[in-house]
Amino acid sequence: MDKLREDKIIADLLPQEFGKQGKIWVVCLLFFAALGVFAYGRQLYYGLEVTAMRDYASWGIYISNFVFFVAISLVGSLITAVLRLTNVKWSTPLTRIAEIIAVSAITFASLIIIVDMGRPERFYNLFLHGRLQSPIIWDVIVITTYFFISLLLLYFPLLPDLKIMIGFKERNGKWLQKLYVFLGSFWKNKAEQFKITDKAINILAIAIIPVAFSIHTVTSWLFATTYRPGWDSTNFGAYFISGAFLVGAGGVVIAMYIFRTHYKLEKYITDDHFDRMGKVLVLLALLYLYFNFNEFLVPAFKMKKSEEDHLLGLFTGEFAPIFWFAIFTSMFIPIFILLFKKGRKPIPAFIAGILVVVGSWFKRFLIVTPTLLHPFLPMHDVPANYHHYIPSWEEWAIAGGSLAGALLVITFFARIFPIIPIHETILETESHENEKHF
Amino acid sequence: MKINQNSRRDFIATTLVAGATLAGCATKNPFTAEEIPDVKPSGEMVKLLSVDGEIIEVDKAFLKPVPELPAVMNTAAREGIAGKKFVMVIDLSRCKSVKKCQTACNHMHHIHPGQNWIKVYPMQEAEHTAPYWQPTTCMHCDEPPCVKVCPVDATFKRKDGIVLIDSDRCIGCRFCMAACPYSTRVFNWEEPKIAKEIADKPYSCETSVPQKVGTVGKCDFCPDMVRQGNLPHCVSACPNGVFMFGDLLEDTVTNGSETFRFSELIKDKAGYRLMEDLGTKPSVYYLPPVNRNFPFENKVESGEEEKKA
Repeated sequence: MDKLREDKIIADLLPQEFGKQGKIWVVCLLFFAALGVFAYGRQLYYGLEVTAMRDYASWGIYISNFVFFVAISLVGSLITAVLRLTNVKWSTPLTRIAEIIAVSAITFASLIIIVDMGRPERFYNLFLHGRLQSPIIWDVIVITTYFFISLLLLYFPLLPDLKIMIGFKERNGKWLQKLYVFLGSFWKNKAEQFKITDKAINILAIAIIPVAFSIHTVTSWLFATTYRPGWDSTNFGAYFISGAFLVGAGGVVIAMYIFRTHYKLEKYITDDHFDRMGKVLVLLALLYLYFNFNEFLVPAFKMKKSEEDHLLGLFTGEFAPIFWFAIFTSMFIPIFILLFKKGRKPIPAFIAGILVVVGSWFKRFLIVTPTLLHPFLPMHDVPANYHHYIPSWEEWAIAGGSLAGALLVITFFARIFPIIPIHETILETESHENEKHF
Repeated sequence: MKINQNSRRDFIATTLVAGATLAGCATKNPFTAEEIPDVKPSGEMVKLLSVDGEIIEVDKAFLKPVPELPAVMNTAAREGIAGKKFVMVIDLSRCKSVKKCQTACNHMHHIHPGQNWIKVYPMQEAEHTAPYWQPTTCMHCDEPPCVKVCPVDATFKRKDGIVLIDSDRCIGCRFCMAACPYSTRVFNWEEPKIAKEIADKPYSCETSVPQKVGTVGKCDFCPDMVRQGNLPHCVSACPNGVFMFGDLLEDTVTNGSETFRFSELIKDKAGYRLMEDLGTKPSVYYLPPVNRNFPFENKVESGEEEKKA
């Protein structure tokens, strides 16, 4: 490939400074993140009393937000590992997007779980007195493992790109240059180095699949290891994983669209990518739908006494509006949009992605709260406000702040590093051209 | 002062020495009269065993009683009373929801207002079955779901069958509350409203006092009372003798005025446990509400509470 084409790719894909829109976006995110920090300050001062959680609804949107974050982080393993190992080439430009979503989501999953703790200052007890029989300890172990594998899967493919960026000293400015040198100055594009990283990436790509399955299966077991109606289900692990792949893929489609339009990457994130990701989304939505049928129709067929109030509350009762909203926005409507070729164009696919992610957030709320409000013994001998759960402003602010924080991490990552792998894109283009020659 | 890890003998010595040194532990020599101006030496000396095992002499005037320290060390409280297996029998035919049990429990454990460790449920299994009152305590399960899920061993099962909470260790994750099928656990969402002298006491797993913000609380079977040979507060407070407490290994339960052979009582009155199908193996047994002492009258909450099994 001629040098000119290569320079063009590098110039297209180098990280760019925030434009006016980017600045507004960052300021908005910072505002919401700061609001979340302020609300958490109040919570630290007054205790969990500032939330609407009480003895029955003892877990609320912090925990559903945690499940949401863990779910969306699974996409890193889907795009980088599953698609890589099955030799799917088209997903190469999406790997870094998927991996940074994974890293930032799993980081904020860990943070939000600390936010939920009544005594966060005693976090060290998990290490001092940790008991291996508790699913929380399993979660601590697998989430930490997943975080580090994801971080390495983000870092290793970045090394050749770091070398390219170190070459643009004036463009980078002092601080970024220091960062690039610190992270990647040892990389010399040597064949041995590529051999080692290729091998490492392959090992990590294989290792991350069981770990990814573990993080969300264990997260589902936080619920499924209890007796409560709605959680006492052997279907829960698979139900969570399928839902996680769906919301993660939805997140990637949203990020693809935003990066593509904002950084003018139409040549690299093509209509074809949206078409293929659209098909992936349909498949995942159908899979999740299948597990939803299992999760709700089988108990509904029997209508055991203990399940009845919970199920009717979802189908026709207190939680019915959210339940049907979540089912339709996260599954039926996106499937309907993306089944058509026109629906898999960037804009409709972007809308479908948003629907999936929003619906999935509310789906996580429905997994946590309604079950807690339908205990085995009737709710009794408690103040009247214990019978319902409507999150307080502090909870919304903290949950929103954590989402803003996760987006900030992704935004700043894309400002500092090329969001599309430069080196791999050059290689792909070369191999394409070689194929054409023969 | 951290006394939890010390042995009992050290503990006694440190307690006395601590009493003597509290007034000026930062200064060079706390045993001189200049450092504690309002205490004059009496001239009467007492021999004490120091932490290092040395015998030391201290003027009696510098010794102060230290009643705030817990009677039982954390390690002993976690272990339980050897050779005992505590059980409770609740006779539903005697309950008319006087709720003296609840009042006594709330008072003696200094529970935050509005919280209840004992709840008295109006129960009705189905439309055409008889309603009855069902007081619930912690079931002190032999297969406790709460203990299984606790990540830090803050809630634990003792060898005498009692399930307790170490509020100094609890991280407030509330997994135990989700796991408990009996909804017996409560959470201190805010700083518990307790008198300052109670709140300043060191926490004891056996008294569950003082409750602490951000941690879980629940019925503890009053092991501090049991250790002294007394009955739990709910048992002695009930005017109708609903609660019977005792030792399964002695096969005896008592409500204070009547004593029963546990196995015969359960056999004769067809005793049962709640949610047996879950396999939690509770230590609390119920006697069915037959031949009742009182008619069921739900005056307070009629129409307000939904009744279901």
